[in-house]
Amino acid sequence: MTMSKLKKLAVVTLLTASTTLAWAADTIKVGVLHSLSGTMAISETTLKDTMLMLIDEQNKKGGLLGKKLEAVVVDPASNWPLFAEKARELISKDKVDVVFGCWTSVSRKSVLPVFEELNSILFYPVQYEGEESSKNVFYTGAAPNQQAIPAVDYLMNDLGVKRWVLAGTDYVYPRTTNKILKAYLMAKGVKEKDIMINYTPFGHSDWQSIVSDIKKFGSAGKKTAVVSTINGDANVPFYKELGNQGISAEDIPVVAFSVGEEELSGLDTKPLVGHLAAWNYFMSVESDENEEFIESWQKFIKNKKRVTNDPMEAHYIGFNMWVKAVEKAGTTDPAVVQNALIGVAVPNLSGGYSAMMPNHHITKPVLIGEIQKNGQFDIVWETTGLVPGDAWSDYLPGSRDLIADWRAPLSCGNYNVKSKKCSGQNY
Amino acid sequence: MSESLMPVTVKKLLFAFICIFFFSGYAVTGFASDIELNEAWKTLSTKNYNKKAHAIEVISQQNPPQTYPAFKAMLEGQLYFSRSGRQLFLMQESDDNYTFTPLFDIDGQPVTRENKRGFKKVRINNRLRTLIRKSLAIIQLQNKDADIRLAALDELLKNPQPESAELVRPIMEKEQDARVLAAMHTLLAIMKLDSDDEREQAEAIATLSESLNTSSINALSNYHAPNKQLDKKVKAAIKKINDKRELYAKAETVFFGLSLGSVLALSAIGLAITFGVMGIINMAHGELMMIGAYTTYVVQLLMPNHIGLSIVVAIPAAFIVSGLVGIAIERSVIRHLYGRPLETLLATFGVSLILQQAVRSIFSPLNRSVETPQWMSGAWHINEVLALTWNRFYIIIFCLIVFVALIMVMKKTALGLQVRAVSQNRKMARAMGVRSEWVDALTFGLGSGIAGLAGVALSLLTNVGPNLGQAYIIDSFMVVVFGGVGNLWGTLVAGMSLGVINKVLEPWAGAVLAKIIVLIFIILFIQKRPKGLFPQRGRAAED
Repeated sequence: MTMSKLKKLAVVTLLTASTTLAWAADTIKVGVLHSLSGTMAISETTLKDTMLMLIDEQNKKGGLLGKKLEAVVVDPASNWPLFAEKARELISKDKVDVVFGCWTSVSRKSVLPVFEELNSILFYPVQYEGEESSKNVFYTGAAPNQQAIPAVDYLMNDLGVKRWVLAGTDYVYPRTTNKILKAYLMAKGVKEKDIMINYTPFGHSDWQSIVSDIKKFGSAGKKTAVVSTINGDANVPFYKELGNQGISAEDIPVVAFSVGEEELSGLDTKPLVGHLAAWNYFMSVESDENEEFIESWQKFIKNKKRVTNDPMEAHYIGFNMWVKAVEKAGTTDPAVVQNALIGVAVPNLSGGYSAMMPNHHITKPVLIGEIQKNGQFDIVWETTGLVPGDAWSDYLPGSRDLIADWRAPLSCGNYNVKSKKCSGQNY
Repeated sequence: MSESLMPVTVKKLLFAFICIFFFSGYAVTGFASDIELNEAWKTLSTKNYNKKAHAIEVISQQNPPQTYPAFKAMLEGQLYFSRSGRQLFLMQESDDNYTFTPLFDIDGQPVTRENKRGFKKVRINNRLRTLIRKSLAIIQLQNKDADIRLAALDELLKNPQPESAELVRPIMEKEQDARVLAAMHTLLAIMKLDSDDEREQAEAIATLSESLNTSSINALSNYHAPNKQLDKKVKAAIKKINDKRELYAKAETVFFGLSLGSVLALSAIGLAITFGVMGIINMAHGELMMIGAYTTYVVQLLMPNHIGLSIVVAIPAAFIVSGLVGIAIERSVIRHLYGRPLETLLATFGVSLILQQAVRSIFSPLNRSVETPQWMSGAWHINEVLALTWNRFYIIIFCLIVFVALIMVMKKTALGLQVRAVSQNRKMARAMGVRSEWVDALTFGLGSGIAGLAGVALSLLTNVGPNLGQAYIIDSFMVVVFGGVGNLWGTLVAGMSLGVINKVLEPWAGAVLAKIIVLIFIILFIQKRPKGLFPQRGRAAED
């Protein structure tokens, strides 16, 4: 496997090198800005491979505007300042027309000024905390109202949850999401004493006391649930501890926003059966598009057991949207494509269509799945229609009056409907 | 059969008919409940969870003999239905095939297949799981195994209802097991709180004040006393329970602390050798633990049918693999840099990055899962409040064993003597005929091997991934410095006390702040006592 990977890498590098020399003018360059080393490599490597697959498939279909697509892969090494440097390198030196990349919010915040300055396009594929809408960024992952709020609604209405533990890793996404969720729960009449908020450091591994606290909090006779924004690595010991302390999904269900098929593939899932996750896509979705996608992914990666996940679907949607917008505009010039992208609709993998909205977020269905023994999710609930992504939350005092609309004549990511002013501060 | 029909009650008659109906496989029409039951079984193979919930209620009310095996299989995800006939089957998985036994014809011919094509699983969700567990609990109240009876009662206690009290009352007299009996009394007492008789209420309060169950305290807190006397009693009872619970909570915190401490100590002991005794700042120490954890993973891959044994095999394997890697690092890099701590630090940091990336290329950057063996999962329930998780418990013991073994090696073996000699006075040791280079390599290998052992323990607690080592390297250095460089006992005591301090602080300071406070505490401590808790004494300590 290593050898074949190395070979593949060598071939890609050679191809890249040769094409840059000989065909420089005849290819459309697509930048891929995902960490291939460091802590985030665990999640981002898969997305790099997804992009290579999508580009490969597009080339087999005859490319775009009569030209071949060419991937330019760089490694920002999970290092936030390096993300900005690599982004600049991609746009200025490699002259890419579009970039697909980033995972953590802090890396997105780090590259944002670069994209705005050089007026390029970034597709960001991961669920995030909202409160942002940039002219140059297209958010194909879920905003809080496309993941967190529907999940809480499900717990409240279908499972009758009365007490809430909001547990998260200590950084911007969980903190903002929990702020929104707390405001939302309070608006629904949940008392402050029925909400417990807990933050832990990155990669936290000793969950004994926190799980014991959750157990105590949940034994007050009211149905309790944990809403988890715990990030990647820390989840494994968290779920292990839940299992060991005998907390089953029937007692205290945990609904996670960062645990997908890929995270579960590195986990002994037996103690997790019945815990929940909220996403816009699950590998177990039954649709023709999905089956086709899974088949080509496993063929591309040469592993019949490789799973697919939500951010991969986001890239699938984002890439197809960009292709469609370029075809519509007849050019890859970012300034033109930015406008052409709004209103573009492409099939998503759950059997419907996703459209790019004027606030640069997309419409998606919201699904709730229960973890199964085989590491897959069983879909137990889904929204009846598509949910449009909301850049500025309706539940936070500062952002309630803000809207984003990048169509002329408004062209603003932060327009206050009360004061009728565009502050120009998009994040 | 006809003669036995005469004297039996209607209920038994019904049961007999249900038996006939199921065992013969033909639908007997005429009884509305039969049709309903038949319909209920069929509903299980549909997709609508609300209808399924109703079906489960119908089945558990009528309780045909298939209920228990069917419900149990459903919980385990082993109840299937055939796509064609919608018949229910119990699925049994073996190494390379699946056996499907018809639910309504247990003695009938089972179907063995190589794949599950043609069959579909009966899917359930959390709500159904709760319902099923409750009806199973009612069935299991009569089980021969006392532990199962106790579990069944716990299930009923989660949501005490008059009906469950009615079920329990008749079987109480026969109950022999004290724990089960106590749980039964608790359940009945909770129900008695609602009675009109004030004397019964007082009795119930007295019973509940002895119980630690969360349901009792919830029942007591929701209870509205009709008069002052009872009100006083309830308040006293709640206080009594809470006091007891608090005491156990403190014991739990100490256990949590010791277990975190044992992990810290285990990861630091290896460093206490390489850094403490040899004076090498080895930044790749964490990666040696990572190698130990990956060794556990590989061992488990090699023996997938003996998960319980694989951990035991992994212990020596991880020691040897990490030890050999350690010796290789020492021979190739560190030996050229003795006496130059800054360069050692940078070089070993480089080695750590190389090892991480190597693991990423070999095993992929994704985390790998090490399965926890059966004997290490779950918890040891001392009482209803205090439960010690087995994996943590074994790791504390493992840490102590490793520590004692290491002390023995250092104090009682020739290698230990030579190590101490070289670390105290290299020139003199060489003059006495000790091959100091050889001792250096072996000592470093020993420290690395112990890091590998820590990796085995960590693989059961956390992610086995390329970043495993980084998460522990800082903590390990902290423990060694705090305990006193070069002192093994210091490392153990420092690890344990830092663990307990951390866990005592965590509930009120939060995990993030607790870590910061501990760090500040150590900095202040080092200012006061630069040589740690147990400084080296005598001539060897002079720099």
